[in-house]
Amino acid sequence: MSVTLPAPAKTLPSPAPGPAADEGLARRLRALACTAPLHDLDVRKANLAGEYGTYAMAEIALAAIDLVTLHMDFDTGADHEQIVARLLPRIAAQAPERPAAEHERVARWVLENLVNVGSVDRGFRAIYGTFGPDGAYVRRDYDFKLIEEVPGYGGGVYLRTTDEAVNVLVGALDTDVTSAQIAAEVKLEVLVSRGRLADAQLAAEQARYRTVQYAETLRRTLEATRRNVRAVDWLRSVPDMIEEALDHVADRYRHENAILTNIRKARDEAEEPENKRRAAELVDIVKDCIRRHTQLQSRLLDAGPLFRAEQDRQAFAAPAPRSGIDLYGQLVAPVLPLPVADARRVTDAFFAAGTGLRTPVSVRVADLVELLLTPPVEREHLGAEMPEPDLIATPDDSRFSEEQLAAATELLDLPHDAPRRLSGLLAEARRSDPDLPYLVALLAVHAASPAVGTAYRQGEERLLFAVDDGTELDDPEFGGADLIVGTALLDAAAMTADRTEAQ
Amino acid sequence: MSDHHAEHPAWSEAEAPAAPAPSAGSHVTPADAADAARLVAFGLQPKLQPARDAEYADLLRRYREDPAFGRLADAVATGLGLVVLEVSPRAGMAVTAGEDSVFAVRMGDYARRTAADSGDRFLHGLAHLAIAALAFPRPEDLADDGYVGRITVNGVDAFVRQACRRLEERAEELGENTDPASDAPGLEAAWRVYARRSSTGATKDARRLAGSTTGIVGKAAAFLTDSGFLQRTGDDSGGTYRTTPRYQLQVRDMAGTAAMAELLELGVVPVSDGTASLLPPPDGDDLELAPDAGLPFHA
Repeated sequence: MSVTLPAPAKTLPSPAPGPAADEGLARRLRALACTAPLHDLDVRKANLAGEYGTYAMAEIALAAIDLVTLHMDFDTGADHEQIVARLLPRIAAQAPERPAAEHERVARWVLENLVNVGSVDRGFRAIYGTFGPDGAYVRRDYDFKLIEEVPGYGGGVYLRTTDEAVNVLVGALDTDVTSAQIAAEVKLEVLVSRGRLADAQLAAEQARYRTVQYAETLRRTLEATRRNVRAVDWLRSVPDMIEEALDHVADRYRHENAILTNIRKARDEAEEPENKRRAAELVDIVKDCIRRHTQLQSRLLDAGPLFRAEQDRQAFAAPAPRSGIDLYGQLVAPVLPLPVADARRVTDAFFAAGTGLRTPVSVRVADLVELLLTPPVEREHLGAEMPEPDLIATPDDSRFSEEQLAAATELLDLPHDAPRRLSGLLAEARRSDPDLPYLVALLAVHAASPAVGTAYRQGEERLLFAVDDGTELDDPEFGGADLIVGTALLDAAAMTADRTEAQ
Repeated sequence: MSDHHAEHPAWSEAEAPAAPAPSAGSHVTPADAADAARLVAFGLQPKLQPARDAEYADLLRRYREDPAFGRLADAVATGLGLVVLEVSPRAGMAVTAGEDSVFAVRMGDYARRTAADSGDRFLHGLAHLAIAALAFPRPEDLADDGYVGRITVNGVDAFVRQACRRLEERAEELGENTDPASDAPGLEAAWRVYARRSSTGATKDARRLAGSTTGIVGKAAAFLTDSGFLQRTGDDSGGTYRTTPRYQLQVRDMAGTAAMAELLELGVVPVSDGTASLLPPPDGDDLELAPDAGLPFHA
């Protein structure tokens, strides 16, 4: 898809405005161009086979950019399928009566169009005009991307939003990241303290976008410095940079924890359910900010050792007797700024001389005839046949039978207000089955360290426990402590409520 | 030619050569010509290693010990339109295609689209240049016969992208409008062509998108592997490779100089004092060539 914007209409026959005025206009035209793909979605939905008029494509697209930005990780990007899955509820809400398959189709269509799958560059191009310094009117191409695909671990492809997209999304983000973030946080604090939570949530979300953008900037810087062991001033500028970033993280961490405490208070004291819900969401957002800061910090701490290892590898090798060509400094670096038509001559020369040789393939006509007449080999769709697995019945070698377990469980099903001694339980078990005491003893010993947390998590209402009060066990078969075995009642419901609250 | 006696002491005490040693001034027999041609034929199989083939190793030794045979083999190679780079046990009979030779690789055969699209043509060439630059990041690495370079496909892409980004930032600092004029695509700055091409893309069959920059770099790496210049060592980061001695020779003696000559013809004179340009720029000095030179990072 190519987005073509008309050149600004010239109503006055006045001479070209100064380059400075034109510069501002060009910047705004470019910003405007970034929104064009979104409008274009709504225009082009009519061309889709089917009735897609009910879907607000621009809204879905903005939501998709939001989702990708928020799910972008430090290293990779957002997962394609995950974004589609998270878009579905919004799309379904727009047209609840339509089939789910259509919702998914819409989600994929929007995402594909934001990536612009159809073009080679997978990007957009807008054309705009400016006046050059000599007053000549020049039409220029502006190339941009909204969502780009980046390689991830294991050869996967992930999505990242570009700076242009973040700017489209949040607007006016093209400012100093640090100061903008401080401003947003101060605003957030004030809003929270005054109880204006709706505004506070908006501010918090903006702060998170900025956090992501900040992490992205730092990721790039680190990536660059990791490659440039010698090109980087390891004496001054890099340590300064890392220190600054660490200070920043520490500062933000303190700040956001303070906010978190404030919002928690606001949430607990809030009367209206709407305010309570909003405050709870805010807690999640700020927590996410803190998580991202922590992630950033661990990256920063890794940078030092990495530099030293690379330094060792490269700096302490014996110098070679003769010198070769500096491929980067003498070829790559001078070629990149050249116009592409000139640069091509250099890369062509390198290609022609640098690819070595290929032995030309010549065909015998006899072979060709045979090759052409050979019927194509049927491709095996199913692969080799699976051998029928030969299953061998494993002998039942359990120490205790199901009935014994049932009997022991019944024996240990004690009322919660009447615990019993292990000696009594063993004696009772022995009366019914000589093997049963072993199982009862095992279960009792197991209950000496009951898994309280697990029981709570699984919502159990009662739990077997055993306590040693120092009494010796007097039994013909077992020795040790005569444990007191009892049942404790768990208040699972209250515990669940507590846990939710604690977060 | 490198001194190989230290690496292969066995050669000096090996049995007498199979072919009769021609006395000085004796005429060449058809058998000698056949042997010389066979040696060149071995050289045409760049992935064949001398250490793996006894006959190849024998012929290489004969080339070194018998000057007349050596001249004969050189003549055969030249007659076929080949350039002899080095004949040694480590690199084998390292020959490469001369200009306009039938063995030369043509860009049009290498990638179809390049005929129509000049941007694509540039990207494919740049991919080869960038692989070499990352494989031999310092001049010493290119000069040192024992150096083995290592690259990854994603690493090469990231490296070029980083260089492009620096140029973009610098253009922005200078307040330049780098958007090219619509009617003169050939004037677009080279780095922009690379920067705006996407680095990867999802495809229906989970293969690398051929038109993306990692696709282009991956193609170059695979092609160089077929040329016996790289050896694939793993699948991480889009594919990891290490260089062979032959690649070093090819870049040092052929490609580097050819590209330099072309650059000089364009009036660009990259200056080097023999040290790596990958150094921090002097304070406040806008270093033209290498403000952000990068060394490859081997994880």
